[in-house]
Amino acid sequence: MDALAKIQRQIQWNRLIAVVEEQAQTMIRTAFSTTVREAGDLSAGIFDLEGRMLAQAVTGTPGHVNSMMESVGHFLQKFPAATMKPGDHYITNDPWLGTGHLHDLTVVTPAFRNGKIVGLFANTAHIIDIGGLGMGPEGRSVFEEGLYIPIVKCFEEGRANETFFDFLRVGSRTPVELEGDVYSLCACNDAGAKRLVEMMDEFAMDSIDDLAAYIFDSSLTATIAEIAKLPRGTHAAEIRSDGYEAPVTLKASMRILDDAIEVDFAGTSGLSGRGINVPPAYCRAYACFGIKCVVAPEIPNNWASLAPFRMVIPAGCILNAPRPYPVSVRHVVGQLLPDLMMGCLHQAVPERVNAEGSSCLWNPPLRGGAQVSGQESEVEDFEIITFNSGGTGARPGKDGLDGTAFPSGVRTMPVEATENVAPVIFWQKQLRPDSAGPGRTRGGFGQVMEIGAKNDAEFAVNAIFDRVANPPKGRDGGGEGAPGWVGLNDANGTVLRTKGFQVIPKGKRLLLKLPGGGGLGDPKARDPALVARDVADGLVSPEAAKRIYGAG
Amino acid sequence: MTARLAVDIGGTFTDLALERDGQRWTTKVLTTPKAPEEGVLDGVRQVLATAGIAASEVSLLIHGTTLATNALIERKGAKTALLTTEGFRDVLALANEARYDQYDLNIELPQPLVPRRWRLTVPERLDNEGRVLLPLDEAAVRAQVGFMREEGIQALAIGFLHAFVNPVHERRAAEILREAWPELPISLSSEVSPEMREWERFSTTAANAYVQPLMASYLGRLKIGLREAGLGCPLFLMLSGGGLTTIETAARFPIRLVESGPAGGAIFSAFVAKQRGLDKVLSFDMGGTTAKVCLIDDYAPQASRTFEVARVGRFKKGSGLPLRIPVIEMVEIGAGGGSIAQVDSLGRIQVGPESAGADPGPACYGRGGTKPAVTDANLALGRYEPTLFAGGSLTLHPAPALAALDAHVGEALGLAPEMAALGVIEMVDENMANAARVHAIESGKGYGGRTVIAFGGGGPVHGYRVAEKIGVTRVLVPSGAGVGSAIGFLRAPVAYEVVKSLYQRFATFDVKAVNALLAAMSAEASAVVAEGAFDAPTGETRIAYMRYVGQGHEIAVALPARALTEADVKAIRAAYDAEYTRFYDRPVPGSDVEVLSFAVTVATRVADVSPAEDVLAQPSPAPIRTQQVRDTRTGEVAPWSVYDRAQMAPGASVAGPCIVAEAETSTLVGPGWTCRVDGLGYLELTQESR
Repeated sequence: MDALAKIQRQIQWNRLIAVVEEQAQTMIRTAFSTTVREAGDLSAGIFDLEGRMLAQAVTGTPGHVNSMMESVGHFLQKFPAATMKPGDHYITNDPWLGTGHLHDLTVVTPAFRNGKIVGLFANTAHIIDIGGLGMGPEGRSVFEEGLYIPIVKCFEEGRANETFFDFLRVGSRTPVELEGDVYSLCACNDAGAKRLVEMMDEFAMDSIDDLAAYIFDSSLTATIAEIAKLPRGTHAAEIRSDGYEAPVTLKASMRILDDAIEVDFAGTSGLSGRGINVPPAYCRAYACFGIKCVVAPEIPNNWASLAPFRMVIPAGCILNAPRPYPVSVRHVVGQLLPDLMMGCLHQAVPERVNAEGSSCLWNPPLRGGAQVSGQESEVEDFEIITFNSGGTGARPGKDGLDGTAFPSGVRTMPVEATENVAPVIFWQKQLRPDSAGPGRTRGGFGQVMEIGAKNDAEFAVNAIFDRVANPPKGRDGGGEGAPGWVGLNDANGTVLRTKGFQVIPKGKRLLLKLPGGGGLGDPKARDPALVARDVADGLVSPEAAKRIYGAG
Repeated sequence: MTARLAVDIGGTFTDLALERDGQRWTTKVLTTPKAPEEGVLDGVRQVLATAGIAASEVSLLIHGTTLATNALIERKGAKTALLTTEGFRDVLALANEARYDQYDLNIELPQPLVPRRWRLTVPERLDNEGRVLLPLDEAAVRAQVGFMREEGIQALAIGFLHAFVNPVHERRAAEILREAWPELPISLSSEVSPEMREWERFSTTAANAYVQPLMASYLGRLKIGLREAGLGCPLFLMLSGGGLTTIETAARFPIRLVESGPAGGAIFSAFVAKQRGLDKVLSFDMGGTTAKVCLIDDYAPQASRTFEVARVGRFKKGSGLPLRIPVIEMVEIGAGGGSIAQVDSLGRIQVGPESAGADPGPACYGRGGTKPAVTDANLALGRYEPTLFAGGSLTLHPAPALAALDAHVGEALGLAPEMAALGVIEMVDENMANAARVHAIESGKGYGGRTVIAFGGGGPVHGYRVAEKIGVTRVLVPSGAGVGSAIGFLRAPVAYEVVKSLYQRFATFDVKAVNALLAAMSAEASAVVAEGAFDAPTGETRIAYMRYVGQGHEIAVALPARALTEADVKAIRAAYDAEYTRFYDRPVPGSDVEVLSFAVTVATRVADVSPAEDVLAQPSPAPIRTQQVRDTRTGEVAPWSVYDRAQMAPGASVAGPCIVAEAETSTLVGPGWTCRVDGLGYLELTQESR
């Protein structure tokens, strides 16, 4: 290959990454669900005709990483590339063929150049409502969790599949938003396809196969080089989730080989009867993410850069949920996986690993109106979710982040915007003092949220909270972050269950105390100036400063 | 005619442009960061002396400065407190609870301007419609004065939830505090940035308070200094949104000055576009450390209300402090002449955002730099004549440039240094083209069919290739590109924009309420402009920010600048659907449309520019020399003719590949491109269809 062609391949790779970013930005601009446009719960990527991902937008969230990547293969199995036509768009929300729960829509769109199919664009977005019980753990099978869309064409040669849209609209509490979102997902794939064809014209490319081979080869080589920098060995770790009916233990044994990292989840608890089960693609997604953050954070995501991370997920464990087990809130267990992976990696490269964090999003799905209170309802019907987070784990050399999403890549919505779309009032949303796990570097602080309906009317929460009985652990002598707390704002501090549908009675408010991140290292070794700063800021009490940090 | 003077304080240089009767004089002096007015006064004396114009003959002075921006970046503003709603002490710290980089475990988030100990809360609460849920606790407000005095607080921001709908509590709190402490400068969120989204609004208000004492004192000193120097003329300040305002308004809302320099550059482009009758333009300003891209439609730079200042994460979006103020929408990326190239762990060439700066500068400056910069790569491709760079003021050294390219790029990739240089330039051009593309999408605009207006030191060098990459076939290189921002100041109208939120759905559009709001906004903007318009005729534009109900991003739709009627409502709704379809191919069936906010801008009318007349073809001059240049598209080396821009008369044209050289920069004319001098002396590059 001559020097110019060598350089042009790099330019093309760079361009593909820009193309998928353009795809993601189009989705954010045109989506209807707050979960996509405000929170960024989405992903977008380009695939070759074998369903291998070449590039993924940096905008997006890790839960979709591997899962969307595997999904395109399932589409191709049902609709082989040779049968696809220009203007076709394919869709599913099958948790086992998509990204792990019915709330995620995945759309795949073929790209054509001169009448020939040249590649596929896919995207995934978390939509606000898909009918059924709503986002929450209460389902006892996936059938209760909402409308189930097999892989079908939502557009055929540019024409909307009206039968599909009819079913879609009647199956959701938010039909206009849902239909608008499907249009948005198709538009964003079209935008990507258009740019791909322009690039192929510019560089006179007949296919993207050579480019794919180059991307895969470079990515694999670079990933293996990073793995080779780690000491060989096998490391085991475990982590506990509060679970639904019983605590859940996640176990992993990680083997660091010359050219791969293998994780075996043997010993992990069995399936739950409720929607906290994790489909295997979602388990791979978050486990990979946790490893990649530590081992090879700079290498872009694609089929090859993720290939050296192999997972063995035993049948029957909660991380390998089969259909039709309920999976609606698989994130509450799945988002602990990066902490579990770091627990293993801490034994290999302690200087590169964080303490455990709050990790699972503390999203309160709120519902009110007739669906909660029947004819007695004092507020209009509403269904809303906000994305909130506790503190992240302490980092070697740096404190954890206060009230920040990790490993999830989502953003929260402004309180003013939330109050504008639903009759709720947030009475409190601020940092939670003394919640950070102490250490030489401390964890991030959690936050306190107090939420009521307008006029303190009755409403309900479909709780999906964790880290209440099992707070984030510190490492290397660092302390635990404060456990979470779920209850009412009343005088006797009524405690609510961490998971499941519960009514907040009239006159009462929901009070959430989000966990803090774990600490790293001996608190007594912490820079006294930083302790003094936290005391002056009212985040660490003078008593705790003295007792834990030996200050003053 | 009397003279008009523009002064643009940048990080390194303070640029001045003086105009009288169509003649222009320019000067660059070093910026004096400790007392910026000294550099200004020095430059003013110099440029007046050069032009032979007396200070008293200057009728108007227009000023832009990065002082506020620098105070925010360097954290050198006032000790600022924030008074906010009880329960919401940490809005500034919690931000949007997100990380701007998914994979970086060691990410640094921007720290709030107000530390937690100075974020003070009082009981009060409004709902989303502005109704009082909890009355303001006036005693609690009063009680904060003692603590703030003890802490030596110098400025205060007040930000309450939903205050943009109803400012009653913010105003009352300010009244109480002014009574108790009249000297304390106070910024209200309902005045600084009256829009929904508490984090952005509080952040903007805190930033305004943070820079206010500094800016007020600077502007006061400057005014006195100018008067002493004999300039009794009115002083106007350039706003981030592209308009001019009085010194009094600037002192109240200094946060609106942050992006004034780049805004001047965009105004410059817009003016050039108007001179040439180009209604779709992409302004491309490439300097030493960054490149700025801005879309200009119908001779007006694209307006926006969101901006991030003081980014901590290598120009990454989301790593700065959010500001919601009227700004000229542009994207700035770390790509300039000094941007350093390296090879990453995947064997890919990466360029920037790290920059070699002025010292040591690129390796070819021969000042000890060993890392290859974009300028080194341009030199290695044969694009610069080493002895004639920057007007001959700086001799370039090819040997260290080639050595740096070899050591940091070529060796790792098995490429000769010249081909490594090609890779670096292609990558930086690609990055700029990608930024332009994504920026167009984010703004809901297309980029096809535009003309690129290229300026700054690097714009004319990289312009044609960036244009090729985004499918643009026309590039314009105006004269005076080196001080484009200052020239832009002279072209800016006296203008003021008022933005207010008023939620409306088309199904239930309240024409009366909207008209009342728009009339009040119009009066507010007109009053500000009247202070500086000196009875010049003004014009008004009104915009509604609209979206389908439930969508997250608005599209701006123009409204007639008069009271609306029921008939207008239908027309506006139709205009929205048309606008939406233009960007996203299909409208969304069955959705109502909502209006989030309205903007009213009052501006003095800029003197009409008659489009430049076409000129007759003139013979092309003889080349002054040839250079061996490597083409970045084909990798081939060929002799490129070099022409002297000064020798090219209007109407003359030369065929690419060639270079048109001038003191400040060189314009590259790629293979397949033709360069013609238009009636204004601007270079117009066009590409024959391939």
